[in-house]
Amino acid sequence: MTNHWRDIKNADLILINGANPAEAHPVGFQWFMRAKLDPKRGPGNGGGAKIIHADPRFSRTSAVADLYLRIRTGTDVAYFGGLINHVLLNNLYHADYVKNYTNASFIVDKGYDFKDGLFSGYDAAKRSYQTASWAYELDASGFAKRDNSLQNPRSAFQLLKKHYSRYTPEMVSSITGIPKEDFLKVADLVGEMGRPDKVMTIVYAVGLTHHTTGSQLIRSGAVLQLLLGNIGRPGGGMNAERGHANIQGNTDNALSWDILPGYLKIPRPGQATIDDYVAKSASKKLDPNAWNFFGTNYRKFMVSLLKAWYGNAATANNDFAFNYIPKPAEDSSWLTIYDNALQGKMEGLVLSGMTAASIGPDSNQVLAALSRLKWLVVMDPFPTTSSEFWHAAGLAPETIQTEVFMLPATHWIEKDGAFTNSGRWVQWKDAVMPPQGESRHDHWIMADIFQRVKTLYEQHGGKFPDPLMHLSMDYHNPLRPELDELAREMNGKDLKTGKQMATFGTLQDDGTTTAGNWIYSGMYSDKGNFSKRRDGIQDIAKNDPTGMGFFPNWAWSWPLNRRVLYNRASADLDGKPWDPMRPGIKWNGQKWVGDVPDYPPKLSPTDPKAWLPFIMTGEGVGRLFSNSLLDGPIPEHYEPMESPVENPLHSSVSASPVAFLYDKAAGRPDRFGTPDEFPIIATTYRLTEHEHYITQQVRLLVELQPEPFVEIPEGLAQEKGVKNGDLVRVRSKRGKMEVRAIVTKRLGPLQVAGKKVWQVGIPIHWGYVGIAAEMHPERSQHWLANALTPFVGDANSRTPEFKAFLVNIEKL
Amino acid sequence: MATVSRREFLKLTALGAGAIGVSELGFDLAQAYEVRQQLRIAGATESHSICPYCAVGCSLIAFTRKNPDGSVRLLQIEGDPDSPVNEGRLCPKGATAMELANSVRRVEHPLYRSPGATEWQTVSWDFVLDKIAQNIKASRDRTFVTTDGKGDTVNRCQGIAFAGGATFSNEEGYFASKVLRGLGLVYLEQQARV
Repeated sequence: MTNHWRDIKNADLILINGANPAEAHPVGFQWFMRAKLDPKRGPGNGGGAKIIHADPRFSRTSAVADLYLRIRTGTDVAYFGGLINHVLLNNLYHADYVKNYTNASFIVDKGYDFKDGLFSGYDAAKRSYQTASWAYELDASGFAKRDNSLQNPRSAFQLLKKHYSRYTPEMVSSITGIPKEDFLKVADLVGEMGRPDKVMTIVYAVGLTHHTTGSQLIRSGAVLQLLLGNIGRPGGGMNAERGHANIQGNTDNALSWDILPGYLKIPRPGQATIDDYVAKSASKKLDPNAWNFFGTNYRKFMVSLLKAWYGNAATANNDFAFNYIPKPAEDSSWLTIYDNALQGKMEGLVLSGMTAASIGPDSNQVLAALSRLKWLVVMDPFPTTSSEFWHAAGLAPETIQTEVFMLPATHWIEKDGAFTNSGRWVQWKDAVMPPQGESRHDHWIMADIFQRVKTLYEQHGGKFPDPLMHLSMDYHNPLRPELDELAREMNGKDLKTGKQMATFGTLQDDGTTTAGNWIYSGMYSDKGNFSKRRDGIQDIAKNDPTGMGFFPNWAWSWPLNRRVLYNRASADLDGKPWDPMRPGIKWNGQKWVGDVPDYPPKLSPTDPKAWLPFIMTGEGVGRLFSNSLLDGPIPEHYEPMESPVENPLHSSVSASPVAFLYDKAAGRPDRFGTPDEFPIIATTYRLTEHEHYITQQVRLLVELQPEPFVEIPEGLAQEKGVKNGDLVRVRSKRGKMEVRAIVTKRLGPLQVAGKKVWQVGIPIHWGYVGIAAEMHPERSQHWLANALTPFVGDANSRTPEFKAFLVNIEKL
Repeated sequence: MATVSRREFLKLTALGAGAIGVSELGFDLAQAYEVRQQLRIAGATESHSICPYCAVGCSLIAFTRKNPDGSVRLLQIEGDPDSPVNEGRLCPKGATAMELANSVRRVEHPLYRSPGATEWQTVSWDFVLDKIAQNIKASRDRTFVTTDGKGDTVNRCQGIAFAGGATFSNEEGYFASKVLRGLGLVYLEQQARV
């Protein structure tokens, strides 16, 4: 989230796409309801806001929305694109903000073009783009050329205008299935949000990310928010509701192939030195007034990380042990891991609190992949569909040569440490209970295994042991590091004084400072662990002095306890809040006050050298047009890989032209279905009573939602002769599910590209392990929702397309 | 009688030193429930936690009591009324968090399934940790690439992957990143993508 949960009450209009917060984040949803209903009506106090919910399925979120739009899954680029077109055509954008705080005025390279569904630079053989023509035209000093009149036909503004002129209300309706009249109602409400005294938030979840166009779906919302001047403001922003307790924190900590802690890029082959790495990874300053804070300090953050990891073995002479960091050859994300396992290239897999057999797409293919591993380690408090994969339907254990280890791990209540919520609030928790039975903490298991591996290398030698030998384990007990010690290491210290860093602003690139994760610097200074702070609503007047819901002494948020990212953009060029009733920060003549400023605290906005507001980008402004993604500089609608219709915008390039096709590349048979055999659109989702798969071990929750099902619209059920409660088989090209049908009005027909299409909905929570499975040992063999989903992902992030695929249904 | 919130009730009982009589509470069932809960957690240790499910980040208060044999009993988990995030509220999952915390369904001992076996064997921690360490070393040595085809130094282990961690504390996740990169892993994943 750019903002945070409580901040949603500050909005005038809430757009919810690809999310169902009333059911999936029910306690967070109180802030949506307060925005709508709080009797203390008025900006900043909440009340009077409108909610618009666009979702394939009518849910409890829709029930309290002012407008519900039944949208075809995976078409939100068309929806946001239509809104962008409406805002641009009718001059409803926030003109000052667009001119000064976005790259609207930046001139794009002459070679840029978009024609028949393809951007310039397409290489059909490689299914990828050469992105050189998506860059800015630079002046002699290397800065981007600008035209502040925004009239240049190659300005980002004019290119955006041209691009979205195709997204007429008729086109939006034809792609999304939303009736034109309903779309125009939304457009009217959204169009008001470009006024400085109005603010809108966009809230989304994995209903936007789980598509082959996921990154662009989110960018399209962000572009709309920039045009309306709503990024950086309380009550505004692009807000991702994350679905696991600490998925935010452990993305920050880089349990992801492509990054190191603090969103530093993983070094790539060819970057022989740390200077090469920084030159290729850090953003370049593109405007004289851009601070380019991240780019400018990249080397400091990386050297401080290497010092935290490699201690005295990291010196200026060895480039701070830069070559100890492994450099991946290729995308190394989820789909690639299982693709490699299928090809026999992956020997071992360690799963911790995550079950591959349930969570990945195309479960049958994942089970085949697990069967080809030499060894599998599962660390979990409970048995999972992965630890038990060799018992899955259709597999014969005696033929599976995978060695499997099940390690009983502790869970959250048995250890301390912090969780970072969706809003970046880092909240410490106590170790409430001792470990149950023989269970051990995951990090102690890893520390112990690491020491044993290290001993083996000491005894027997082996391939390049240096990184192992020198990895700093400077803990009271290296076999049992305390989470408090690790929190201090993440924060970092000044090696000359021994003091904990109070801010990442003073980190150095000469090896005199450490920071295991620079964005957490300042959380644990010598003043203590700020994530333990507890000044909450027990005294609102004292603990929320601005009244904006920041609660600066409740826990801590990264970076530097800032509650709204990009908050310099909440005030105008002179430092006055766009809306004085809802200030983020403001210039009081001497300094910035309000939230922790995303800006030098004492830099006057009228200083001729004042930085532009978006201090993290090379441009210094928000990007309406961006060459940072692989599938286009402006979001474009592409059909899901499996779709019942051809793309109404360009049928010759219907689906993403750059999504990576794993089965094809590996020479496996095609696993995509076609609409003649599989005419029904399916999507997956969560229920309030379950969280992925672990709640299959919680009796009370299994009682509340005992069995899997498929939600089928009444008309389709009639066509198929299916009644409520019947057992049905749902099939895709990849697999099947056998579950009960819920026949419902929550779903219904859509008119798309002149054709009537149906959507069905499938909750994800069941499988062959857990309380319900034990009650139904036979039927639970075909309860994995992901047996149906396709093995393909977003062109950028490779996030799988769980949310839009084709099935057929038959009554059993 | 107006409903008394839990926090107000706790203040009330503290003031009255527990001498709350029927006359003061009447026969309101909600009040009776509060009395029962109060007795349940009287003298208990209060600790702070965060809900382990979604990422709203609801604060929890957990009440525990030490048994005479030294073991710890979890008495109750409830929403923390001070939190600006949840203001004491919990959803069905958070409200049943105690059942996740105290479960007879936990895996009790390390288990091992040898290649081709049809059953688990119960084994010791030393047995599994030694075997895993040997497997990691063998796979790492077999699949480690120091220099790629272009002659670039890459120092990566291609044959081992790790996935997980969305319910790790930050500090555990950080430690996992550090150790796994230290081993040379490039295949790292968690629930952000899937």
